[in-house]
Amino acid sequence: MARGKFIERVLFFLALSSISSLALITFFIFLEGLPLILHTGLTDFIASSHWAPTKGHFGILAMIVSSILVTLGAIVLGVPLGLSCAIVLAEFSPERLKRILKPTLELLAGIPSVVYGFLGVIWLVPLIRDYLGGPGLSLLAGSLILGIMILPTVISISIDALTAVPDTYREGSIALGATQWQTVRRVILPAASSGIITAIILGMGRAIGETMATIMVAGNALKLPASILDPVRTLTSNIALELGYAAGRHREALFATGIVLFVIIMVLNFSATLLTRRK
Amino acid sequence: MLRRSRDSANLMASGRLLSVMGLLWGCLFFLAVLGGCQPGKSSLNPPLVIAGSTSVQPFAEKLAEIYMQRNPQVRLDVQGGGSSAGIYAVSHGACDLAAASRELVAAERHLVEIPIALDGIAVIVHPSNPLRSMRLEDLRAVFAGRITNWKGLGLPPRPMDLITREEGSGTREAFEHLVMGQEEITPAALVQDSNGAVREIVAGDPQALGYISAGLVDHRVKALAIDGIAPTRANIKNRTYRLVRRFLLVARAAPAGPAKDFVDFVLSVQGQSLLEAEGLVGVVE
Repeated sequence: MARGKFIERVLFFLALSSISSLALITFFIFLEGLPLILHTGLTDFIASSHWAPTKGHFGILAMIVSSILVTLGAIVLGVPLGLSCAIVLAEFSPERLKRILKPTLELLAGIPSVVYGFLGVIWLVPLIRDYLGGPGLSLLAGSLILGIMILPTVISISIDALTAVPDTYREGSIALGATQWQTVRRVILPAASSGIITAIILGMGRAIGETMATIMVAGNALKLPASILDPVRTLTSNIALELGYAAGRHREALFATGIVLFVIIMVLNFSATLLTRRK
Repeated sequence: MLRRSRDSANLMASGRLLSVMGLLWGCLFFLAVLGGCQPGKSSLNPPLVIAGSTSVQPFAEKLAEIYMQRNPQVRLDVQGGGSSAGIYAVSHGACDLAAASRELVAAERHLVEIPIALDGIAVIVHPSNPLRSMRLEDLRAVFAGRITNWKGLGLPPRPMDLITREEGSGTREAFEHLVMGQEEITPAALVQDSNGAVREIVAGDPQALGYISAGLVDHRVKALAIDGIAPTRANIKNRTYRLVRRFLLVARAAPAGPAKDFVDFVLSVQGQSLLEAEGLVGVVE
């Protein structure tokens, strides 16, 4: 009994340390970044596109817009693929195929992002440059790579949502004379919709937080993009690109970029939680 | 009954595992704290710390490596952080020598500077690009965003893919100082975070224009002459080539003891030829 208590304590301590690291990270991001936001003013920080931190300009609007655009692009490309894959795996494929395909898809999640980025630079970027124009390193390249990277997230959560729909729904629908496709479209998908939306939101969180691959393929230019072939810099890229050298206000500005990113991801995760709870 | 006792044995085993893991975590934490507080306690002499420019860092590391082979009793610790951070650290006594890839500004003039090498900045294009030379004003106009098409430089009209380095990079700082004057580099330029990445893109993109350290130019890219003067070793050394920066070591006072010994080594024939072999241009004959 005493031993059980001891183990309980150890577990509690370990759990606490992992949670406290989250609290510590939050605390330090705000501690380091807030002074700059107070210094430049929130509107000058998030509503200006003039970023020249060594000359005292700290506008990150272009990066916020770019982050959102790259993420939307990834969703537009990744969600139809991921969702159809999830539907096939959950509803239409025999058990054997599922047993092969699902681990393969999970393997996709295990590939380091630098590998995606490298493949993007070597293959995708020259293709875009040669066939579509522009420098190749672009919003489109970033969206394509991220669209593939969010697939495992979208697929596995969607599959969970689809399989969570009770079999009685399927049986009822088939009994009423609906085909299997009609069942999926009219019964299963609406029933699983909140789970699927959660999958999409978590996919967005994955895309907006991705750094290495976007640095490598998106071009990192500071301008607001005018077309999908223009290079863009995301919030995460900005931090990772410049943190190596930054000092003083510049460093604070990068932490402040982190605050904006933190808020965006919190909003995404919070809405995902709300949606799953509503179910 | 049997089942239950086996479960409890499993639980005990996993409990033991967990407490071992907890212990390991504790040790790790302790070691981290210990290591963080007292760097290099194991060595007898305190290390000579060189911090600063990330442009100089790879060269300083090479020099330190050779120097330590010859003087095993001395430990050199080469760190990055950027020119400004290094100079700040040395003026506050946080390191022995700062490596700088920019000139000292007025507020830093009280420090002692020791030039150790020259580095040219080469403006590079794809080998298929017919352009051979560029005027400095045109280069400035290109990077300020006033010329965005190769037509502006007398070539067939194609959009230009401009590549620059990230804010804070020593190479970018030197380029801004030597080329841009008061103007800012256009936000439309692509940004890459290393000389190698810039070279890689220019090597693959016939419309690209970028700048890298002259020592890193290879056959896959073409370095342009600026105002008719090519970035050759001789032209960099006598500084007729315009885009040249100095690499400096900076100290609070005239270096003495181990710091002086290291500086002497850097400026010796061996040290200088080491830098030359790495693609820089020496300052001593």
